Amino acid sequence: MNLFGNAVRWRSIAKEALDRTAIVAKFLCLLHVANTYICTPTLVYGPSMLPTLNLTGDVLLAERVSHRLGKVGPGDVVLVRSPVDPRKSLTKRVVAMAGDKVTFVVDPRNSDRVRTIVVPRGHVWIQGDNIYASSDSRQFGPVPYGLIEGKILCRVWPLDGFGSLNH
Amino acid sequence: MMLVFSQQDFDMGTRSLLWDITKKYFTVGLIGLTVSDRYASIVSVRGSSMSPAFNPGSDTSDYVLVEKFCLDKYRFSHGDVVVFSSPSNHKEKHIKRIIGLPGDWIGTPNLDDVLKVPEGHFWVEGDNSVSSLDSRSFGPIPLGLIRGRVTHIVWPPQRMGRVEKETNQRPLSSLQDRPGFY
Repeated sequence: MNLFGNAVRWRSIAKEALDRTAIVAKFLCLLHVANTYICTPTLVYGPSMLPTLNLTGDVLLAERVSHRLGKVGPGDVVLVRSPVDPRKSLTKRVVAMAGDKVTFVVDPRNSDRVRTIVVPRGHVWIQGDNIYASSDSRQFGPVPYGLIEGKILCRVWPLDGFGSLNH
Repeated sequence: MMLVFSQQDFDMGTRSLLWDITKKYFTVGLIGLTVSDRYASIVSVRGSSMSPAFNPGSDTSDYVLVEKFCLDKYRFSHGDVVVFSSPSNHKEKHIKRIIGLPGDWIGTPNLDDVLKVPEGHFWVEGDNSVSSLDSRSFGPIPLGLIRGRVTHIVWPPQRMGRVEKETNQRPLSSLQDRPGFY
């Protein structure tokens, strides 16, 4: 009698544990789909997008819809997977699209030398707003559109900079 | 006792049933999408650029298992077959074999040249060199374009099994940067 009672209790505990795990799993799946296909917050830091973005770090909201529809254009700040280290993501501004001619200062700290390049098909030219301290297409060339992971919508933190990036 | 169902009761019943079905489909969809993004998915192979490994006949269409665990650390080896977004059209995906990893020297007989695969990039070629659009046309491509690694063929049943890593298709060296190498 005691054994039977124990078995029933274990079964109900196991069922409850399974139910709770299922709810957590479903929530994590929802989180993954929302972060990958709708929008996600990201923390960005570094000097390459001064004065638009802070040196010490901003939390930005990036939307993940436009780049799948091909609606990324010049002037957009985008989240891009680094062509130099695939484990890192960069935040830069799109300056030119495929087919455009880009004229840029190669090394603004040391010289005034200028180069002009045509962006190949399927690629974009990205540059940081702070051209003196940015490693971007001027160093590693145009990047394939497939590396773009999202378009920055607005800043969420710090609160005094809340809202769209252009002030 | 006679139970009388009003028209309103009947509508509420079907509406809640539809809602339940929608919720079930939505949940299954979410789980399926998450699993296929993070763990593994099955894709069909089109074209003959990877014959005889995939699609050895002209009319067959193999289905392969693509695993996504490799996207965590981006650690690949020579001979891995990977799925990647095309560098010239982000909407297309290609399946090819990795021939060179960052730092490798690739000999290109048709260009009569030797070039080094840059950091963060890789060199792909199809097994069927005659009909394959690969790095020999568009050069080394960033590792960030990789969407998964092909591990098994799951259809047709007579060719089910692991996908072999064929390395050393062409002599190439993984030397470090050496001035005066050539």
